[in-house]
Amino acid sequence: MTVMTYAEAGMTALAEEMRRDPLVWAVGEDLGRGGVFGQYKGLVEEFGPERISDAPISESAIMGASVGAAMAGTRPVVEMRFADFALCAVDELVNQAAKARYMLGGQTKVPMVIREPMGMWRSSAAQHSQSLESWYTHIPGLVVAVPSTPADNKGLLKAAIRADDPVVYFEHKNLWGMEGEVPDGDLLIPFGRARIEREGRDITIVSWSSQLHTASRASGILEKQDISAEVIDLRTLWPWDRDAVFASVEKTGRLLITHESVSVGGFGAEIAATVSEYLFKALKSPVRRRAAPRIPISYAPLLEDVVRVSEAQIVETVLEMMSS
Amino acid sequence: MLRLMQTIRRFEERASTDYVAGDIYGTVHCYIGEEAVAVGVCSALNRDDQIISTHRGHGHCIAKGADLNRMMAELYGRETGYCKGKGGSMHIADFDIGMLGANGIVAGGISIITGAGLAAQIEGKGRVAVSFFGDGASCAGPFHESLNIAAAWKLPMVYVCENNLWAVNTAASTTLAVQDVAARAAGYGIPGIVVDGNDIFAVHAATTEAVARARAGDGPTLIECKTYRHRRHTERPSQPDVRPQAEIDAWMKKDPIDRLVDHLQAQQGQLSVEEWQAMDAEILQQVEDSVSFAKASAFPSPDRVTDDVFAA
Repeated sequence: MTVMTYAEAGMTALAEEMRRDPLVWAVGEDLGRGGVFGQYKGLVEEFGPERISDAPISESAIMGASVGAAMAGTRPVVEMRFADFALCAVDELVNQAAKARYMLGGQTKVPMVIREPMGMWRSSAAQHSQSLESWYTHIPGLVVAVPSTPADNKGLLKAAIRADDPVVYFEHKNLWGMEGEVPDGDLLIPFGRARIEREGRDITIVSWSSQLHTASRASGILEKQDISAEVIDLRTLWPWDRDAVFASVEKTGRLLITHESVSVGGFGAEIAATVSEYLFKALKSPVRRRAAPRIPISYAPLLEDVVRVSEAQIVETVLEMMSS
Repeated sequence: MLRLMQTIRRFEERASTDYVAGDIYGTVHCYIGEEAVAVGVCSALNRDDQIISTHRGHGHCIAKGADLNRMMAELYGRETGYCKGKGGSMHIADFDIGMLGANGIVAGGISIITGAGLAAQIEGKGRVAVSFFGDGASCAGPFHESLNIAAAWKLPMVYVCENNLWAVNTAASTTLAVQDVAARAAGYGIPGIVVDGNDIFAVHAATTEAVARARAGDGPTLIECKTYRHRRHTERPSQPDVRPQAEIDAWMKKDPIDRLVDHLQAQQGQLSVEEWQAMDAEILQQVEDSVSFAKASAFPSPDRVTDDVFAA
């Protein structure tokens, strides 16, 4: 075990995989100077500019060329800088990368990782703050990963680099500096395997990425009120660990999903619908969601806070659910 | 080369007929009239050089050496098709011959093949990658982003613009800010060459030079082939054709196959009338065989519908 930050864990994962496999390389804007958040710091010194490749501000060509290089047998790690900027390359990701294997009858594969730093961070306003993970869960052919801890950022990124499918990999900007214990060596976390952040018996709270920590803090407050919440970190949204969620809801009879992204059409809706379809009789109260209102993210901190789901709001919702 | 050009033509004539008859689904975009470009370019390539195509892709497949049976089976939506019936006309690919696929998105292939060129550069074995696209795609962002990256990184690329003067039903003359697409090469500091796309020798010569430059590590070339499609944008009977009849007539007189046949027949002993008729009959039989192969093949089973969504 080594204590490191979430950013360092991602860097460690990439460096380990680049040492292991010469076909792994990274491309994006400003990688040579360490990436916009320092998450590539030092890598160009070890691996050289051919494998830590500085690209022009040309998201669609970066994404498209990576699709071609992946089809040609390499394993690109594509840095999109902000999840918001990746929208300049959605055609290449959704119409090309996600579909190539299927539409070409299994003749090729597209093993690439698309790193998309997501989420609200330091009043970055409407075009640098979005959480768009649910969009990609809608697209067949894409894996969607949303790590919440340094250990998971290492284990999921390594697994993503070794996967033969395109993986949309969301790192939360608010977590870069978070420290935690990370296992040394080959840590590989399989997709679709949730982590129980905290065991409980009265209610299941499902979350991911940065919001998981808000849910975890809320469960600490609830514990003092004698309410035992089980907090589940999904880690990947596609595939998502239905078995873990079902097992927990069968035990607790209550389900709350909370995420930083907009509630309308968010992945919480998918989980709520699935649990309602299959576990309706196990439910003691209606499934609830706490997620962002459908409002662009503001710059002014007081306005930004309006769209941020707090632990107080989670506690409030749980108390309503417990009394119903 | 003549055989390949005529194969493209006969294959597509049949595809169009069978499409209108309802045996082929979706849509079919015919390349007829532009055969000298695909064949002129691909005849200057090695088998392991890679190409990427467009929605109008049959010609590129055949020119690179694709199997007619598997192509026709794909159009017929059969499990023996190149994509096991999951792609259809707009997605035929054959990775074994370096054909990375037709593509349903205008300009969608340009950046992908640029990545293949990057992989070829990293590999260092002297392979080149060729992007086919139209005049319409040259107005889209990925064209410009890809040319800039390929030029900056000196990738072993050849960009072949098939300027058939019409982007679906809009005249290129009304949407291009420049007279020649090739002029856009200047913005990226690479050679931009205009050739008569209906003259197979001119296309072949320009490509040979561009490929040599790419293999030598001197970077990409943009070749603009002036050509014309004889048919409407698609074979759908309701598809309008807004092009002026006089323009169509003028280009029909510049048919690339007629020109090559005339050229060969003008040279003593190169191609007799009988030889040409025999070649055409052989090609028609191959196309007929491909239809028989397609019709004899099964449709993909519905339980295969989830195959290849994910690797595992």
